[in-house]
Amino acid sequence: MSPTSTTLDTTTSVLGAPVPRREGREKVTGAARYAAEQHLPRRAHAWPVPATVARGRVTAVDTAAALALPGVLGVLTPYDAPRLGPSDDPTLQLLQDLRVPHRGWYVALAIADTLEQARAAADAVRVTYEAEPHDVTLREGHPGLYTPEQANGGYPAHREQGDPDAAFAAAPVRVDVVYSVPPLHNHAMEPHAATADWDAGSGHLTVYDSCQGTTVVRSVLAGLFELPEDRITVLSEHVGGGFGSKGTPRPHVVLAVMATRHCGRPVTLALPRQHMAAVVGHRAPTLHHVRLGARPDGTLTSLTHEVTTHTSQIREFVEQAAVPARVMYAAPDNRTTHRVTALDVPTPSWMRAPGETPGMYALESAMDELADALGMDPVELRVRNDAATEPDSGRPFSSRHLVECLRDGARRFGWPGRRPPRHEGPLLIGAGVAAATYPVYIAPAGARAHARPDGSYLVEVNATDIGTGARTVLSQIAADALGVPLDSVSVAIGNSSLPAGPVAGGSTGTASWGWAVHDACSALTDRLAGHHGPLPAAGLSASADTTQSAKQKSPYARHAFGAHFAEVQADTVTGEVRVRRLLGVFAAGHILNPRTARSQLVGGMVMGLGMALTEHSALDPAFGDFAERDLAAYHVPANADVPAIEAHWIDEHDKHLNPMGSKGIGEIGIVGTAAAIGNAVCQATGRRFRELPLTPDRVLAALEGEPTTAAGAAG
Amino acid sequence: MAHATDPPAPRPAHGGDPGPAPRTPQGTAAGQARSRVTLRVNGAPHDLDLDNRVTLLDALREHLDLTGAKKGCDHGQCGACTVLVDGRRANSCLLLTVALDGCEITTVEGLAAPDGALHPLQRSFIEHDAFQCGYCTPGQLCSAVGALREAAAGHPSHVTAAPALSASGPAVLTAEEISERLSGNLCRCGAYPAIVRAVAEAGTDTAATTTGADVIA
Repeated sequence: MSPTSTTLDTTTSVLGAPVPRREGREKVTGAARYAAEQHLPRRAHAWPVPATVARGRVTAVDTAAALALPGVLGVLTPYDAPRLGPSDDPTLQLLQDLRVPHRGWYVALAIADTLEQARAAADAVRVTYEAEPHDVTLREGHPGLYTPEQANGGYPAHREQGDPDAAFAAAPVRVDVVYSVPPLHNHAMEPHAATADWDAGSGHLTVYDSCQGTTVVRSVLAGLFELPEDRITVLSEHVGGGFGSKGTPRPHVVLAVMATRHCGRPVTLALPRQHMAAVVGHRAPTLHHVRLGARPDGTLTSLTHEVTTHTSQIREFVEQAAVPARVMYAAPDNRTTHRVTALDVPTPSWMRAPGETPGMYALESAMDELADALGMDPVELRVRNDAATEPDSGRPFSSRHLVECLRDGARRFGWPGRRPPRHEGPLLIGAGVAAATYPVYIAPAGARAHARPDGSYLVEVNATDIGTGARTVLSQIAADALGVPLDSVSVAIGNSSLPAGPVAGGSTGTASWGWAVHDACSALTDRLAGHHGPLPAAGLSASADTTQSAKQKSPYARHAFGAHFAEVQADTVTGEVRVRRLLGVFAAGHILNPRTARSQLVGGMVMGLGMALTEHSALDPAFGDFAERDLAAYHVPANADVPAIEAHWIDEHDKHLNPMGSKGIGEIGIVGTAAAIGNAVCQATGRRFRELPLTPDRVLAALEGEPTTAAGAAG
Repeated sequence: MAHATDPPAPRPAHGGDPGPAPRTPQGTAAGQARSRVTLRVNGAPHDLDLDNRVTLLDALREHLDLTGAKKGCDHGQCGACTVLVDGRRANSCLLLTVALDGCEITTVEGLAAPDGALHPLQRSFIEHDAFQCGYCTPGQLCSAVGALREAAAGHPSHVTAAPALSASGPAVLTAEEISERLSGNLCRCGAYPAIVRAVAEAGTDTAATTTGADVIA
């Protein structure tokens, strides 16, 4: 597609080939074992007890009834649980004190021979509390709001250039709007689970954990249980999704280790789905105030994005939702800022593209409103404001093909421009567009490559395949660097005793692990070239560690970009919105495996569809609880909600990334989806919605009111 | 030990109600009731002595070491635990094993032929990359077998109502029809478009309604 594409695409390189998933057979036959499915001899089960007040203190835990039940091996409480060593994450300091910082916080743990016995024992634990008044409601003007130092990702919370207020006041065309994104939950299909096995004889702890990276789990467990890291092995051969919620250790793994140390037997703890809303993180709700000032030709003169969000009483986590506005459009006078208040709520955390996802929903909805105000095609408005350098830093982009994504997407989609929406009986049909961006991160990793005398190769790297296809793409990177057939390479991942690797998060995996694999395989190739005669029985090995190269600061601003297009229908009788078509075009560097890449990009768009139409968590002010605690109340998209989805990409060649030339693709698929769908609904209905999700009650109520856009009034 | 006849515990100032005491069946200590049950699983008979609380899902996963059926929600909302019970798809987390004496169960482990040759749906799922993390996959596959059987047997759906079927014979497996019939199986990785393509392709193979376990049985 791009004029420089001949160099890579005409070769038969395995890098870039649509190789099927290596673990496909295991996954379709049921042979793939996940964390809770490790049948170790004498294995026991644990079941945690969540707090039933939103704030207060435990005053008593009566375990007598629980301990009297058959098969019960013990009940741990804050009074008698083993003391833990330090951790950076206070949410892991479980059963260490009597404070209840939010409803659902664990206050006891039952351990028994069987799952049924553990569950019954947990149910029989009587906990009494001294409850205190709680506050779980985020609102503008909350007295606890403050501007933090940093938002998630280490970004400065506040940035300002020029005089955005004066520039806004002077702008001939202005948009001044607020948007609201509710709390959202990751809800990976595999609940967080761990099987922990403490061998007191050898002093070794083995943990099968459902996590996004075992290196960090081992390191945190070492601190908490005051064990040397070499006495801990954490394994994660298969992980049933994470989407950020398994990015760092979560309570289940700490409790499972406590339990195995308590009873001296292997213990499995799989979190009940209904507990998860409170204990494994959520995307924090965000309130957005966006102001755009522009000249009549659409050129932005002023941009402010102010985000208000919540965190918990135990850890500050600030969804960096105003950060993408520092990357997207050139407006000489701008302000991007975050304020947060600590409420009596569960601790928010990472959910697929934290920051970009809610932030780009607001910014890209506001851009659509500006296009309406200007009477301009929203594709052209974005093209007009494409930035030559990164607006916040002034650095050049290593590559930025946003305009190409918009143009290519418009062509493929059959973008109707500003043509009026169509009607089909009671259905209003409209189209919408939104841009997407996601940063390029890279983290240090190690890898080892080994050549065996029989001509096969083993590559070891502590990557985790949470469904991304990491195992497959790392094999491709290795085979490519070694210059050998893919079938001769096996890859070992998901084991903390392998060379250390970062988590599968932040769309960093392929770049970070892949770079180390590339370097180790290149070093092995050199060793093999210098070796004469048959290989020794032990084979030949080479290692690599990318600490130096990965930490080197780039003079370039490095981001992936994309454009989303949606066609929707809104039913004027029921208020139901359905997505008819969804199409994304992405510029994300060299795509190393089109088959697994397409799945990730489409999967991100499906999650974005959920965010737009169905997904929503609410904190109940009376009980301080998430009202949606299972998959019947929290509506992740079902098969029939999802239309045919197309994901395409620009074949982007960027020399400033890593040896593979790749950018991350795990997250950008979700980023612009909700805005594209929301903009399409606005175009279809003539009503602007500024609060997600677009459920039938909201749509129907708006359809009964007056149109809010000129197009709607005309239509 | 607390007992159902004990007076209720004093109620704290607000919000701290520990709830009712655990219910105990009359004359039976909680957790003591067990039953013998015979299941035929993937063609092989199993005599089990089980706690009455054990669901079919837990019987498979914890007692028969068949961990293919997954526990995503444990109360019938996600479909990851879908297996075939006497040939029809069911959420195994909602079935108590003691109520299934004599039943024929087929799990994902029983889809492939006895010689290991993959079922047409399994092949098609790999070919279309119809999964990512793989956790919903066993349920999707068993559900798809059930859905294909239902469609072949003339069962109606939200897409094809019964009157239309009686006029035209079994439903044509359009993408819309497959999406509808597989909407009881959630996939958070968002593999739905690929799942629909995989089922559409495998659905043209008449062998897709047969499982390896049927051959053994």
